[in-house]
Amino acid sequence: MTTATATAPSGAHAGAPRRSAIGRIVDRLGGGAVQVVMILLGLFWLVPTLGLLVVSLRTGEVNAAEGWWTIFTKPAELTIEGYSSLLASGFTASFWNTVAITVPTTILVIGIAAMAAYAFAWMEFPGRDLLFLVVVGLLIVPIQIALIPVAALYGGMGIFGSIPGVVLFHVAFGLPFAIFLLRNFFVGIPASLLEAARMDGAPEWKIFVSVVFPLGKPAIASLGIFQFLWVWNDMLIALVFANPENQPMTKALQSQMRQFGTNIDILSSGAFLSLIIPLILFFAFQRYFVQGMMAGSVK
Amino acid sequence: MTERLDGPKVPPENPSGGPASGPADTPRKLRLGPSPALAITFLLPAALLLGVWVVYPIVYSIFRSLFDASGNGFVGLDNYVTIFSDGGMLRTIRNNLIWVIVAPLVVTTLGLIFAVLTERIRWSTAFKLIVFMPMAVSLMAAGVIFRLVYDGDPDKGVANAILTTVHDTFSSSQGYPEARPREGEQSPVVAEGGGVVTKQPVQAGQPVLIPIVGVKPEVMPSDAAPAKAATGGDGLSGTVWFDFTPGGSGVNGQVDGTEKGLPGMTVEAVSNGQVAGTATTAEDGSFRFEGLPAGSYVVRLPQSNFEGAYNGLAWLGPTLITPAIIGAFVWVWAGFAMVLIAAGLAAIPRDALEAARIDGASEWQVFRKITVPLLSPVLLVVFVTMIINTLKVFDLVFIIAPASVQPDANVVALEMWRVSFGGGNNQGLGSALAIFLLILVLPFMVMNIRRFRRGDS
Repeated sequence: MTTATATAPSGAHAGAPRRSAIGRIVDRLGGGAVQVVMILLGLFWLVPTLGLLVVSLRTGEVNAAEGWWTIFTKPAELTIEGYSSLLASGFTASFWNTVAITVPTTILVIGIAAMAAYAFAWMEFPGRDLLFLVVVGLLIVPIQIALIPVAALYGGMGIFGSIPGVVLFHVAFGLPFAIFLLRNFFVGIPASLLEAARMDGAPEWKIFVSVVFPLGKPAIASLGIFQFLWVWNDMLIALVFANPENQPMTKALQSQMRQFGTNIDILSSGAFLSLIIPLILFFAFQRYFVQGMMAGSVK
Repeated sequence: MTERLDGPKVPPENPSGGPASGPADTPRKLRLGPSPALAITFLLPAALLLGVWVVYPIVYSIFRSLFDASGNGFVGLDNYVTIFSDGGMLRTIRNNLIWVIVAPLVVTTLGLIFAVLTERIRWSTAFKLIVFMPMAVSLMAAGVIFRLVYDGDPDKGVANAILTTVHDTFSSSQGYPEARPREGEQSPVVAEGGGVVTKQPVQAGQPVLIPIVGVKPEVMPSDAAPAKAATGGDGLSGTVWFDFTPGGSGVNGQVDGTEKGLPGMTVEAVSNGQVAGTATTAEDGSFRFEGLPAGSYVVRLPQSNFEGAYNGLAWLGPTLITPAIIGAFVWVWAGFAMVLIAAGLAAIPRDALEAARIDGASEWQVFRKITVPLLSPVLLVVFVTMIINTLKVFDLVFIIAPASVQPDANVVALEMWRVSFGGGNNQGLGSALAIFLLILVLPFMVMNIRRFRRGDS
């Protein structure tokens, strides 16, 4: 018996160790190839942004004469001239416009969506399930559908071109995803916690503020980052609804595109400035970013 | 912290204890629940915003699309007819079709490959961060980034810089644009079909002289050595050289002491119209065909020798602009696909894979027969998300395509903006395009709703 069990495995695996020995060599060679491929792919993804950074740090003349990769042989050519002339050209105003559009939108979306999501998750009212299906349906409505009607509406209301107009548009189109994400998270809150609060006679708004909102923090953080990045990075809504004096960075940069060749020093530094804050947020909160993406796409 | 401590004490009320009843059902059992009126108060702000900014515009657009540019004349379905008959519009729709077919497939495939490969490297977190990073960048900035990448000049655009470097590494032929054979009756060679051929068939042991003139100084390779007249010997051999002596003291058609060979020329031995052998000239311009059967051949310098240096592709030209922008789109979205698929991959039970491996399945079989089928729900989510994104693509096309090429790169979402706000000033047609876009995403809307109902019940 003992011999049988001793021989059986070695017999069964007689081929296996030999194959795995070859397999190990193949793995190691293959592993090396995988490493090389992955490094090349990583470079592929990194190099374009790196190129933008170097171009933004050189003068227009240098950029017109040679590729940014010559920086490795001539590091002395770096200058912040592009950035200083950009700031002198009034780009700072559009930076603050971006902030003035993005921050209120993010706060409003979180607040309004959290209330609706709480109602969908933990309150009872007729037509609740149907209404929520409508929200799911609205998730992918293209914003193009609303450009013309809302422009007409804003004309009548006298807020066409203003920052509140841009903000409200963003909030409305941010809501379906936000309600969907938060409702799905709130539904998972243990019923016992809510029950206990309701038994204690706490009013709903208090339960919302002191129980649901704090427990929902991870989802709210994910949503906040997503919403912030979407609005910060938007160009189309700004293109239609923001006046030149209210335009965010994306629109300000777009207006420079016509003279791409001659404006490249300003354009590249503007583009790089516009992506610094998203990148910082991304690296600081990437965990929430990924979580939000997962929760949002498993529709 | 308190939840954790309280949790185990009340196991029956643990939410994990009652997945069958479903958390969404719980409020039904709660008689302490708030009144519907209160629920409506909580819903009101969202309902108001969604109603006015999203739902009402859909209805408005349907009506508006039936009117002309001014909004006063009813035109019925004429705007829709325009979408499907106007030449520029049809090109736009064709571009959208290319986008929808190519982009989701490439993004999903790349995402799958990346997700599988990241499992085999130690620095997978760093790799994921790098590939995922473009998600945080605005499409506007991504557009500027790729406008730089695709610059046609290989000294400025990194795409063409890489292409020309790779091309020059693998192709030995040195370009001599505008160079031509020494002409005249005395000359043993003549220009033919853009290349150069010997007038008479030649045989082994008979050195071939190919005098070339008109080589521009800037294309003369720095390693070119003084030409040596081939002396014959075994096999078919000869010399390609620049038959020009500064000061004019040389003899035409003869290799004079100071004249330089032309290295890197491709030389072909042609017999009955078939290329029997090829050789490349050395630094002194000499060449020799190895292993050529005996016989008589015409020696030819093909046209490729006389073309200008390879300058890469016109990425931003009318033909390549859509593939080029799709490339930028893939750069932006591959990280999204990779992260989602990697999460799906991590959820696959290891036992299933191990069992198959022990049964002798190869890695490829495991991948094809087990991994991919188990991943198919995630792959579908990625694929569908990408289809929706390609239908909405706007910024990348608007920024990357130069103004003159934009008609060739146009897509519906961009055309909608252009027609209504970007100078077209026809909001009737714009509304029709918006409705068209909505109809295109409608199947996915229905799909989302059905999938949600299935998942929630």
